[in-house]
Order: sequence, then C-alpha cells, then structure tokens
Amino acid sequence: MNSRIGYIAFNTFREAVRDRVLYNLIAFALLLSGAAILVGEISIDIERLVVVNLGLTAVSLFGVVIAIFIGIGLVSKEIDKRTLYTVLSRPVRRWEFVVGKFFGLTGTLVVNTFLMAIGVFLALLYVAHKFEKMDGWVLVALYFIVLQFLIVCALALFFSSFSTPLMSAVFTFALFVIGSLAEDLRGFARITHGIGGWLATAIAYLVPNFSALNVIGQVAHGDAVPGRLILYNSLYALLYSAMAIAGAVLIFQRRNLK
Amino acid sequence: MRATRRVNRVATAVLLFSMAGVMATLYAIDHIRRGSVAQEALYVRSSKTLRRLSLGYSGLLADIYWTRAVQYFGEQHHSGSSDFRLLAPLLEVTTELDPKLLPAYQFGANFLAPKPPSGAGLPGAALALMKYGIAHNPDQWRLYYNLGFLYYTELKDYAGAADAFAQGAKLPVTNPFMPILAARMAQHAGEFDTARMLWFTTYQSTRDSSIQQNAVEHLLALQVDEDVTRLEQVIERYREQTGRLPTSMGDLERAGFIHGTPADPKGRPYKLMPDGRIEVQNPESILFITKGLPSGAAPPQSPRKTQADSK
Repeated sequence: MNSRIGYIAFNTFREAVRDRVLYNLIAFALLLSGAAILVGEISIDIERLVVVNLGLTAVSLFGVVIAIFIGIGLVSKEIDKRTLYTVLSRPVRRWEFVVGKFFGLTGTLVVNTFLMAIGVFLALLYVAHKFEKMDGWVLVALYFIVLQFLIVCALALFFSSFSTPLMSAVFTFALFVIGSLAEDLRGFARITHGIGGWLATAIAYLVPNFSALNVIGQVAHGDAVPGRLILYNSLYALLYSAMAIAGAVLIFQRRNLK
Repeated sequence: MRATRRVNRVATAVLLFSMAGVMATLYAIDHIRRGSVAQEALYVRSSKTLRRLSLGYSGLLADIYWTRAVQYFGEQHHSGSSDFRLLAPLLEVTTELDPKLLPAYQFGANFLAPKPPSGAGLPGAALALMKYGIAHNPDQWRLYYNLGFLYYTELKDYAGAADAFAQGAKLPVTNPFMPILAARMAQHAGEFDTARMLWFTTYQSTRDSSIQQNAVEHLLALQVDEDVTRLEQVIERYREQTGRLPTSMGDLERAGFIHGTPADPKGRPYKLMPDGRIEVQNPESILFITKGLPSGAAPPQSPRKTQADSK
C-alpha cells in the first residue's frame, strides 16, 4: 500500500481509539454476559441460540453505528478543524486522503469486531461448555458482518464527501435499512412491470444488498453457509465499496475546499 | 492538472467497472439464495413477536410476507418442485399480521389447495385460511365465494359449498350468482353448468388479467370435456341402433345424430377413434382437459396459470 495512505489510515485508527470508540466493547461485554447468564436462568434450551443471535446482532449494530458516526465526520471534521489544509498542503493527494480514511475506519471496525468476536465465543463457551462444529459458521457470519462494515464505511465516506454530517448520517442509515430489505425490494421490482419495473429493478440492484450478508438467523440454527455465497459476497462487498469510494474520490477531487 | 485528470479517469473506470461487477455478483448471489429468503423469514414464526418487532408497521410487514409467499410459491411452482412446506406458515404469518389482507386469502387458498404441481396439495390448510379470513372479514362475499369454490373443486363437498355460497348470498353486498350457485350445489346437479358458472363468476369478479386468462382456459377445457362426453354418448346410441361403431363423423351425420363436423374451441375437429372414443387433435393446446385425451395419456401437465406465475 502507498505509504501516505498507510499513514492516513493509521492516524484515522489512532484518532478513533483516542475518541474512545472502543468503549462500546464494555457495553457489548455487559450485554452479552448478562444475556448469557439471564437466559440460562429463565428459559429452556435456547441459550446458544440467544448468545449467537444477540451477540452477532450486537456486533453488527454497534459496528454500523460506529461506521456511520465516525464515517460521516471523517471529511467534515478535518475541514472544520482546518487540519485538511495541512494534510493536503503536503505531498498527499485528495484520493489518497479518501482511501486512507476508508482503510483507517475499516481497520478500526475490524479490530472492534475481532474483540467482540472473542466475547461471543467466550459467551458460547460459557453457555454450552464446549465448542461444536457448527460454531464454525459463526465465524462466517462475523466475516459477513465485516463485509457489511466495508460497505457502510464506504457509503458514509461517499456521502460525507459532499454533504453535511447530519444528512450523511441520514442517507447512510436509510441505505442500511433499505439494503437490509434488498431481497424483498428485488422481489417487489420483479412484480412491477413497464418503465416503473425497469426503474424499480435498477434501484433494487443499486442499493447495497445487506440481506445476503446477514446470515445470523441461519448460523444460529447451525445451518451451513454455501462456499459460493462466501465467495460472491466477498466479491460483492469489495466491488460495492470500490464503487462508493471511487464516487467519493470523484466528488472530492472536484470539491472546492476554499 | 494532468495528475488530477488521470485520477478522475481511473476513479471513473473503477466506478463503472465496480457497478457492472456489483450487478453481476448480485445476480449470482440471488441464484444461490433462491428460496432462502422465505426460509429465513420463518425463523420467527410468531406473528405476535413480529408485530412487536415491527414497531407498529405490521401492515407493511404483512405486505412483505405476502410478497415472500407469492415469490416462494412462484419459484417452487416454476421449478416444478412439489415441496411447498413453507407456504402455509408464510400465509399464516401474513394474515395474522394483517387479517384484512384479502388477496392473501383469495390467492393463498388457490396456491395451497390444488394437488402438486399446480399447488401445495393442502386443502385442509386452504380451508383453515379461508375460514380465518371470513372470521376477520365477515362482510366480504368474495371470501365466501372462494370458500364455496374450494369445497366444490378440491373437496367435492357439495353441502359445504352450498352452505358457503348461501352465507355469501345473504350479505348486503354480494354477487347475483351466489344464490344460484348455492341452489345448484344443494341440488348437486348439472356439473358442467355449475362449473361453468363458477369460472364465469371468477372471470367476472376480478380485474387481474392472469386470473381472467386462467378462468378462460378452464372454460375452454370445460367445453371440451362436455363436447367429448356428449359425442361419446351419441356414439353409444349409434352403436345401440346399428350394432356397430361409426367409422367416421360422417356416419354420425348421415344417421342424423350430429350436424357438421364437431370441433374443439380452438377450431380443430375432434378425432373419432376406432374403439369409439373421441380424442382432441392437440391435447397440449388446451390446458386442464380431463376428457378427449389419447388413451393412457395424463392430463396436460403444463403449469397452471396462477397469480404467482405472472409475477
């Protein structure tokens, strides 16, 4: 990787840690350990199910919230504090700044997810007393969640390259919700005909497909995830992030920063 | 300046390439996940839980579940699968989330009741769905009509059908055919006329072109079944009179039993077989016929036209 991108990414990561982003891990640990103990007391035979469902959902939602709220401020904060001018007055190109910020934010989320994943597996061990073969699919679900973060980070960065932080948060969150229903949206598009149908299909294919990246319910029941889905989802997340980052770069290149 | 232009060109190329890649990958993902949307939708089967999770937007959630049910049925039906096990639970969740969603009862029962491959082969589940619909929408004559239709076509329960049509006929807003259908069911007479009236009412009471087309195909098939039955009765009478089977339609015409060459609704003359049976020339061209088929041939198995097929 270009060393300038590496520096920007590392600084973004360091800044996020300094902003106490990783404090969410405390809330996560409390939530998970509380659920693991409580459900064991009040319910029958769904301890593992609850730990997987709750744990993975929390990993996903905490991460999405972090991705949105940090992602939307990545550009605007640098402009407000006027640190962007210092950065760009050095031999750093605008596209390197955008790409570096993206890698820094995704790096933060990967570390965050890794620590949360340890929490999920510890809670699993607590309720089931041993790991089973099907617990391996939880790792796949965690990997898909990281892929979700890639897309959310890229989208937050894309919107923040031309919009205010508040509007960027609204746009990104709206796309996250719509994307979580993407498969239903394509179902609706299929039953619409004519020009409306074409338009609906185009929109349905352009919004991020978070539903295919959500296999939490599936792995909670120990169902396998097809290898081809892992491959295509990886490819999809990379391409979608590349698309959003390329859009962000194109807009940021043209943006008047004076 | 040149460097900026180069960055713009590369970013545009990446944008376009990624966009195309995203579409292609999504298409592949949809193929892998076919059917799993419905499966995942049913990880939570309790409509009460779903209602709470919907934060008050249960109507929208019901619409989503109904769409999933249609998609699921359409996909299973289209692929020729006889496995429809998720259909009844999907419809249950849909109607419990929004008990006023009439299409879910009308079409849902039509998906559930017929034997595979036309439907799920679950007439009991279809009956339960219709009765749940009537309990929550007692003023809708169409639901009584659908219930009577179900009793008549799938269960051959004439008393049940007569009762359903009679109840529907009592409503302030109803269809003029309802009391007639109730009477016919009670008499259990005139099979062809009754069936014709049912399909005609179906045709008349909908604006959906796929359902109208389905009704037209059933009416054509009824015409063939009735023609073949009538012609074979004529041949039997000819045999009783002359002591032999006719060798051609001309024999029947000369004997005064028929006028002209009888033809099916598509205009193709019926074939008189050496054993005295009547066959249609092209059985595949008329769906749903039960008579006039080559001996040993199964009724045309072309997929039945349903709402889901047209989607």
